Amino acid sequence: MKILKIFMIVFLFIGFSYLKAGEKNDELKSKILKNIRCLICQGQSVYDSESDFASSIKLIVDRKINEGLKEKKIYEFLTGKYGDWIIYDPKLNIKTYILWLLPLFLFLFGGVIIYKKIYKNEK
Amino acid sequence: MKNKFNIFIIIVFLSFCFVVFFKGLNHSNTYTPKNNNKKNIPIFEAKDFNSNTFTNSEKIFEKDVFYIVNIWASWCVPCRTEHPLLMKLSKNQLVKLIGINYRDNQTNAKKFINEFGNPYSQILIDNDGILSVEFGAYGVPETFIINKDKIIIKKFIGPINQEIVEKIKLIIK
Repeated sequence: MKILKIFMIVFLFIGFSYLKAGEKNDELKSKILKNIRCLICQGQSVYDSESDFASSIKLIVDRKINEGLKEKKIYEFLTGKYGDWIIYDPKLNIKTYILWLLPLFLFLFGGVIIYKKIYKNEK
Repeated sequence: MKNKFNIFIIIVFLSFCFVVFFKGLNHSNTYTPKNNNKKNIPIFEAKDFNSNTFTNSEKIFEKDVFYIVNIWASWCVPCRTEHPLLMKLSKNQLVKLIGINYRDNQTNAKKFINEFGNPYSQILIDNDGILSVEFGAYGVPETFIINKDKIIIKKFIGPINQEIVEKIKLIIK
């Protein structure tokens, strides 16, 4: 009886940890798919799209996650095939630096103007 | 003086915005991956269309010739228009054509080949589209030129035409 109880506990423990791992993979999968642009229906993410291309990408991402690849490596694989545009969240590089730095520059520029106005009014 | 400077800054800023938006209007909203990025051929395993047995990239691209990989499907209308050109290309001894049958019904694919002819030295089955993604394709038809060093040197999205065939002939010369 005791052995049966121990067996049951071990069985449940393994079962739950397996479910938990599956849940984690599913979360990672949907996070990645929501960040990949469908090249057929370009207004949609692969997650939302039902195109043939999107379903192939879903299969590939699933396979890569099961192979143990990290999120970054999966993005690298896809950008290697289709370019940076396939990812909604572009990385900072020579092609995207204006995209990243212009808002910061405009923010600083606006800040300087506001600061100057306030400083001038105080005087 | 200061007012003039402010007006100048505003005019420069507005002109910048105008140029950016004007240029943007002329750009196509549809993104197509670059066609001239040189890449190594992917390493893969795939089912052969005729024998239904598994083969791999090493065996497929073993010969010291140029290869043309063409992604096609029987349901794809543009594939029918490019097929006669592929038939002509297949007669060239300097090149071998490999077909990737993309998400197709095998009976329909066989009918297509019987009806229009088989330009391919080997056809691979790609039922789930993964093999095409490995090549960096996102639809049908797409054509890849692979040189003797097993590097993808050129990619043509959409059906090939006479102009593209001439380009291919120049590349494999």
